[in-house]
Amino acid sequence: MTAPALARPYRKVRPGLWAAWAFLALVCCAALFPALFAGAPDQVDATAVLRGPGAGHPFGTDQLGRDILARVVYGARASLFVGLGSTLLAGAVGSAWGLLAALGGRAVGEAAMRLADILLAFPGILTALLVVAVLGPGTRNATLAITIALAPGFARIVRVQALVVRDSAYVRAAINLGLRPWRILRRHIVPNVLAPLLILATLNVGTAIIAGASLSFLGLGPRPPAPEWGSMLAQARNYLDVSWTLALFPGAAITLTVMSATAAGRALQARYERREP
Amino acid sequence: MPPLARWLARRLALTLFVLWGTATLAFAGMRLVPGDPAHVIAGGVQANATPEVLETIRAQYGLHDPLPVQYAIFIGRLVRADLGESYQLNQPVSTVVLEQLGATVSLAAGAAVLGFTLALVLALLTAGRPRAGALTRALEFCAISTPNFWIGILLLGAFSFSLNWFPVLGEDGPRALVLPWITLALPIAGVLAQITREGLERALGQPFTLTARSRGATENRIRLRHALRHAALPVLTLSGWALGELLAGVVVVETVFARQGLGQVVVSAVNGRDFPVVTGVVVLAALTFSVINTGLDLLYRVVDPRVRQAAL
Amino acid sequence: MTEPLVVVDGLSVDFTTRHGPVRAVRDVSLTLRAGECLAVVGESGSGKSVTARTLLGLAGQGADVRARTLSFAGHDLRRLGARQWRRLRGRQVGYVLQDALTSLDPLRRIGYEVAEPLEVHGLATRDDLDDQVVGLLAEVGIPDPEVRLLQYPHELSGGLRQRALIASAIAARPRLLIADEPTTALDVTVQAQVLDVLAARRDAGTALLLISHDLAVVARLADHVAILYAGTVVEQGPAAELLAAPAHPYTADLLAAVPSVEGPVPDLSGLRSAPAAQEGCPYAPRCPLADDRCRERLPEALPYDTGRLVRCWYPGGAPASVPGERSAVPVVPARAEPVLTVRGLTKRFRSPDGSHRTAVDDVSFDLAAGEALGIVGESGSGKSTTARIVLAEFEPDAGSVLLHGEPWSGLRERDRRARRSRIQLVDQDPLSSFDPRYTVEEVVAEALPRTRDRGERVAELLGQVGLDPAILRRRPGQLSGGQRQRVAIARALAPGPDVLVCDEPVSALDVTVQAQILTLLTRLRRDAGVSLLFISHDLGVIRQVCDRVAVMKDGKVVETGQVETVFRAPQATYTRALLAAVPRIGPGPRVPARPRVPEPVPVTDLKGPT
Repeated sequence: MTAPALARPYRKVRPGLWAAWAFLALVCCAALFPALFAGAPDQVDATAVLRGPGAGHPFGTDQLGRDILARVVYGARASLFVGLGSTLLAGAVGSAWGLLAALGGRAVGEAAMRLADILLAFPGILTALLVVAVLGPGTRNATLAITIALAPGFARIVRVQALVVRDSAYVRAAINLGLRPWRILRRHIVPNVLAPLLILATLNVGTAIIAGASLSFLGLGPRPPAPEWGSMLAQARNYLDVSWTLALFPGAAITLTVMSATAAGRALQARYERREP
Repeated sequence: MPPLARWLARRLALTLFVLWGTATLAFAGMRLVPGDPAHVIAGGVQANATPEVLETIRAQYGLHDPLPVQYAIFIGRLVRADLGESYQLNQPVSTVVLEQLGATVSLAAGAAVLGFTLALVLALLTAGRPRAGALTRALEFCAISTPNFWIGILLLGAFSFSLNWFPVLGEDGPRALVLPWITLALPIAGVLAQITREGLERALGQPFTLTARSRGATENRIRLRHALRHAALPVLTLSGWALGELLAGVVVVETVFARQGLGQVVVSAVNGRDFPVVTGVVVLAALTFSVINTGLDLLYRVVDPRVRQAAL
Repeated sequence: MTEPLVVVDGLSVDFTTRHGPVRAVRDVSLTLRAGECLAVVGESGSGKSVTARTLLGLAGQGADVRARTLSFAGHDLRRLGARQWRRLRGRQVGYVLQDALTSLDPLRRIGYEVAEPLEVHGLATRDDLDDQVVGLLAEVGIPDPEVRLLQYPHELSGGLRQRALIASAIAARPRLLIADEPTTALDVTVQAQVLDVLAARRDAGTALLLISHDLAVVARLADHVAILYAGTVVEQGPAAELLAAPAHPYTADLLAAVPSVEGPVPDLSGLRSAPAAQEGCPYAPRCPLADDRCRERLPEALPYDTGRLVRCWYPGGAPASVPGERSAVPVVPARAEPVLTVRGLTKRFRSPDGSHRTAVDDVSFDLAAGEALGIVGESGSGKSTTARIVLAEFEPDAGSVLLHGEPWSGLRERDRRARRSRIQLVDQDPLSSFDPRYTVEEVVAEALPRTRDRGERVAELLGQVGLDPAILRRRPGQLSGGQRQRVAIARALAPGPDVLVCDEPVSALDVTVQAQILTLLTRLRRDAGVSLLFISHDLGVIRQVCDRVAVMKDGKVVETGQVETVFRAPQATYTRALLAAVPRIGPGPRVPARPRVPEPVPVTDLKGPT
């Protein structure tokens, strides 16, 4: 599930980027204060079942007569929690893991990298499934599962980057100046390893959100009736013959969020790479 | 030993190590489960199994033995390709897996071919051409950012339910495979097209391209005979990842299109905590990926003579 | 007189970039006849490569090419369509780029690359293609052509690769051969061989357009020379006359800045550095003769002497190419206490195939206080490895390094750290030795103890190396190559070292910038009393800076002695060969091509660990 690190950013800054940041801000607001945007997500309106978009229910209603707008708004929290939470955790675990593998001596480094090899030997979703099988479904467990799936990828990249920095001419120059190893680690190695990692992590948020939604779609995320975009799509799948708008809004919510996060991440990456001529 | 043989030997050792590691992690996972495994086997904690039944189960699955003994038995069976018996289906795991393998392979293989072809064509047509590139770039971006179960649902809604072009469900024939193929192929095609185009553009900016131009080579010759090889290197590097995504997609897409296959097997196994099946599928996936990655690395060595000297 | 093959008159090339239009070439006029060699000489960014590529229709994307005349063999190149250009390229005009490692497709066999022009232009059948390629490889002096044609570029040494590239450029027997820096980055002995190959083509009747930054290299081959500065030809004419008596001040400075291995060592402290002017004469900001007229108006190319053209209001007014001998090298006390004592240094490395290679083999020398010792050798001679051991970047397998008579090698890093400041390094590529996140100020400050007056010390150091304090907040990436090297020197001086190890500090720089850095190093040595251990492949550079020299080959020191003694009367055979291969700007006629026997080429062009 490691994001394609080789994918390059766009070169020009466009209004689309502003839209992306704006949408991200909107999603964050929805996650923090959903009540500002919509009514209760669990309120059943038996008189309006599987309605299309219209007055009263701008996005329509689902098979139980619940307001889809409300469920989409309240679903933002779960998606962001999984996406951001697992990326942050995986970034932290992966950095420590990778730095240890690069700088921790031969035996430790070998062991750390072989463990990563095992976890990277098959698709991340299988790792995540295995973890969910052990821990059971739920938002927290899905986050942990995706963390475990993402972390070895981060670790590998951090290790490579740390080795590059360790052998770089500027670290050699710092050694030549007689600086202490701890100071070199703090002033040169860690900042130069982590700066690109932060950008990679931003790019990974989208991947993590999709992974979280996939687990929910498979029924392994938050238990219903909790609103979540992936599980809403799983239900919508069963009513496609009746109403296809049911699937429209939660899917669009995921896609737009992922697009915005990726566009923002790429813009940051482009800025970072252009920092030096 | 010649370099290639030595390299293959090391790859084989690595594959065995990865398989052992995967199996061990899966075993550790099983024993980490909160609660009594016997309960799980009996059909979950909710199922009120009598103590006698639980006792029988413990005896049957060797749960009385100390952990190291259980582990040794588990590994011993694995070496003989015996993946154990499904808790839920009361069938050997290998039978379950083999039954479903065909459907999954035809789904994944078709999507892989479609995805790679699409990416290659798009990249060759648009590399170094800013206008065409910008449009396809936008499309690729959409393809990458859209979860494939949503693509699947939209395709299903539009082409099967509304237009009735393709069957809604079912396994029969290639017609039922078209939409799942597209669903799976789009995201990886998006990524691969980007990588390929970037590789092409990077190669087209290199001095050897200038040299080739200075010899009077045509644009097509430069793209196909020089740049494409260079673009193939990052694509090969990323292919392992792309195929992994594809397999991950299979799990989801089988659910969307209500198809039989390994994805369905593993999802219901995870839901029912059917560990032998989960372990079996995971070990099989690890084996498949070790083989695929070894193949890709071999191809890389074929394309790039510079890495042939390196031992590993 | 024969008709000229190439006629360029009033060529201008502009590029549209994101930062606005860039005038790469302005009003350049050149002619070239069959069997002649025209050298276009200029520093980086002077527009020399763009000029050459215009003749192939490959000036680049967004290039706006205008000319009064642009013709090849009577054809107007301005009117060619894409297909006609392709028929010209390779068939009529061959092109040799610098650095064959990147100019040959690294994923294709040598044979394929050489055969490509033949295939493209339909000059070979399937059956005789291989024979033709073998013949071409033999023609440029590649031994075992049948074997080589199946190899890949990375499997060949630098010299062989360059020959293969030439073979591919001449495969279709073009009437014009353009060689763009064909010998840059090659060792001098290999350089001489590659130039011989080009000379043979010229003598066979091919017109040769030689692009180079190095006057000494072109002096061997060129019949005519055109000097380019900031896109303008400032001077052109017959090579012998032009080099003997440069008329334009820039040519004079360029000539003076070329480090030579004989004759007096010139004083170059008068060289100025400034960006080219956009209005008037581009060289005016650096020119000692410049007045208001120069700053306002660029003169036309005016005839000067016989058959020469000069764009200068004061042609021939520049001081002679040797403006007087440099003040004598600071004399080192006869038997000064050695700062650095190196004894029996040996280092072996494992090759990828598992065998061991001795990179440094029993090397011993002393470095006295205030002395400058040069270590000269070709790539793979072990000179850089020696420098790295002296810097204690790794330990020798045998032998020892003493600093002020106390052990320096073989210590734990902890015990060495406090004395690290005694030896500092100035590297070939300063940019990579700066933390990419750091500003110039942070780079230099890091080398200083954390005291209250650190900011003042940084400014002081920058002044010492001739940098404006205005660049303090800039990042090294935004500086020019010369400025970067000055920052690196400032950082190296910051801890007040006793020894400065300079590892090829000027080999990536333009020749006038190089002269300035060398002048700076010499001055700092005098003022700061620091000893120099100066590693270089360039004998002329060593001579400019050092008192003593050690010549290395295959890890061994083959000769040591005072610079003047060694250069005047070399004892070792290898030193003699090295000196003989150095290109010279001598008076007299050009060197005729030697009868070209495919001589054995040293295949061991292995690069030492750096």
